[in-house]
Amino acid sequence: MKNYFEIVWAIINKDLISELRTKETISSIIIFTVLVFVIFNFTFEPGASYINEIAPGILWVAYIFASVLGLNRTFLPERENNCISGLMLTPIDRGAIYLAKMLGNIIFIFIVVGLSLPIFTIFYNINIFPFLPKLLLVFFLSIAGIAGLGTALSAMAVNTKTREIMLPILLFPLMVPLILAAVKTTGSILQGKSFSEISGWLKLLTAFDIIFITVPYLTFEYLIEE
Amino acid sequence: MVNKYFYRTYLFLLGITFLMIEASLYYIFILAPVEETMGIIQKIFYFHVASAWLSFFAFFVVFVSSIIFLWKKEKIWDIIARSSAEIGLIFCTIVLITGPIWARPIWNAWWSWDARLTTTLILWMIYMAYIFIRPFTENEIKGAKAAAVFGIIGFLDVPIVYMSIRWWRTIHPQAVLNSKSGGLDPVMLKTLFISIIGFTFLYLLVIILNVSIYLVKDEIENRS
Repeated sequence: MKNYFEIVWAIINKDLISELRTKETISSIIIFTVLVFVIFNFTFEPGASYINEIAPGILWVAYIFASVLGLNRTFLPERENNCISGLMLTPIDRGAIYLAKMLGNIIFIFIVVGLSLPIFTIFYNINIFPFLPKLLLVFFLSIAGIAGLGTALSAMAVNTKTREIMLPILLFPLMVPLILAAVKTTGSILQGKSFSEISGWLKLLTAFDIIFITVPYLTFEYLIEE
Repeated sequence: MVNKYFYRTYLFLLGITFLMIEASLYYIFILAPVEETMGIIQKIFYFHVASAWLSFFAFFVVFVSSIIFLWKKEKIWDIIARSSAEIGLIFCTIVLITGPIWARPIWNAWWSWDARLTTTLILWMIYMAYIFIRPFTENEIKGAKAAAVFGIIGFLDVPIVYMSIRWWRTIHPQAVLNSKSGGLDPVMLKTLFISIIGFTFLYLLVIILNVSIYLVKDEIENRS
């Protein structure tokens, strides 16, 4: 019997290999993200002074839309060739499947963020690199929340007839606190504020992550059992 | 399961609910004084607060029965959760309709992005999504389990939503019940409590009806 982390890693590894061999999801999502940046750019005057205030909002709207596209793909490939049955037949804890899928989604969203953030910097003329260490923490907390909640909800949505539309309907209302916190903290950091000034929001993000990773972890077996 | 006992409880609740609602209407429109600055529009408050209480209570019932359903796997708990969510959503809609009717003359705007208003709107969206899960899921049992998990997650999310939006901004009147200066007129307070009790009985009446409808529906499906 392998230990728990080897099991989790085995599932992540399988998903990463199958994605990296085709690159079909990741490449289209990065193009989508850049398109959102470009389209938002048309909604205001070039060089407007208020751009610094709305840029964090644009950034997160783009990433949340991109995440939903990625999250929709979490269980779809498993379902297509009935791979989910194989996964269910393995003698492992169902929570391990959740953890693996969630961590896989975190890695996936981070790749999208890593590749599109430099483009955002160029298009919106905001130098984010001096703030990168601080931003990294905020991004990690926010993306963990999106992946934690999104993985569980995509397991629900994949069984519905309208799965692509169902996921955002389920996910967006629940994600309101996370969106607010992510936009507020990103904006404050870009204005050069310190962590102590945004500690309330950071605590809220952490609490959100803990609750919405623990509860789906405990209830995940009910979502994928036949 | 829908039997004589069920019917008696229903008749009993129907009687009490009728009396309580009549009493609360009498209190609201005859006994309670007209508010000095707001005038007659303030009377919507008794329906607004009672509906808000009822929808929160209904969603709490969804949360508890979802947990019991996942634990015991008895269908009745799923039916209770589902019935309660439907009632909660209707009363949440009433809150969202009566609020703007009051706000238009008082705030001079139908809507404001205040903590309580926004939280109620998000609450409405969460339970709308909850109702959506079941009919759209291909397998009925899977739909019930997914809805139960969503019912738990959704309820836990509400306090976080409220907190995050409160940090963002708030202008809704503070809870008038516990404020020291002024507060509510004693008759108004009594009116509010009677109206809340009346609405609670209304909830019990409607949920019994709703649950029995689902039980009968289930029985018909099993027979055919």
